[in-house]
Amino acid sequence: MHFLSARKRAVGLGAARSGTERHWIMTISSVALAVLTPLFVWQVAPLFGASFDTVLTAFSAPFRAVITGLMILLGFHHLAIGARIMLEDYAHGETRKFLIIGMYVICFVAAATGLFALARIAL
Amino acid sequence: MADVNRGKRPLSPHISIWRWQINSISSILTRITGNALLISFLLFVWWLLAASTSPEAFDLANGFLTSWFGKLVLVFSALGLWYHFLAGLRHLWWDSGHGLDMKTAELLGWACVIGSVILTALTIVLVWGV
Repeated sequence: MHFLSARKRAVGLGAARSGTERHWIMTISSVALAVLTPLFVWQVAPLFGASFDTVLTAFSAPFRAVITGLMILLGFHHLAIGARIMLEDYAHGETRKFLIIGMYVICFVAAATGLFALARIAL
Repeated sequence: MADVNRGKRPLSPHISIWRWQINSISSILTRITGNALLISFLLFVWWLLAASTSPEAFDLANGFLTSWFGKLVLVFSALGLWYHFLAGLRHLWWDSGHGLDMKTAELLGWACVIGSVILTALTIVLVWGV
């Protein structure tokens, strides 16, 4: 036992035996979103309520378009995993499976739709 | 061996037995705001898709956003977004092994609640110019 490090002895002994990967993915996306959120509020939020032409012109600016694309991509990814963690806590059995699948469908369809719309405006 | 006591085992005390305090409230608020932001994000995608479709489609989405109900949704979206943003920063700070003593943890909880209200007010004034 003296040849094993404390970490090596602990690996695999957790009740779930897995799951840290998802925590790490949420950490990565949360750091990205922590940077993106103020940029999004600064660059995109002022456009809510603006005229049609203003909005079309605004999204052809590269910086704003990239911020928006990243917000859609990482936001929905973060949301899908976060919602899944919540559903795993509160929903059980078949209901849990249907809700998680449904949530992933909504998040990914919305993300793809958002990116499509953004590309059509920006390009 | 068959589990003869299935369903009758004692459960650990759950939320009904504990006194509410800032740490539990700020924790559940993080989950509520994070999941509620789905509505905000879907609304944003609808608005963006409408802008890419036609002026008529845009008028519909824009009309909703500028109605009193749309504005209410926007304000609550900002509040939820800023709260979740601050709670996320707090989580990252905790995950790196800082601020885990009771006094700092409680202070950070209040910082999230009060900070999100301040940031929302700033968003309304500076970003939306109301």
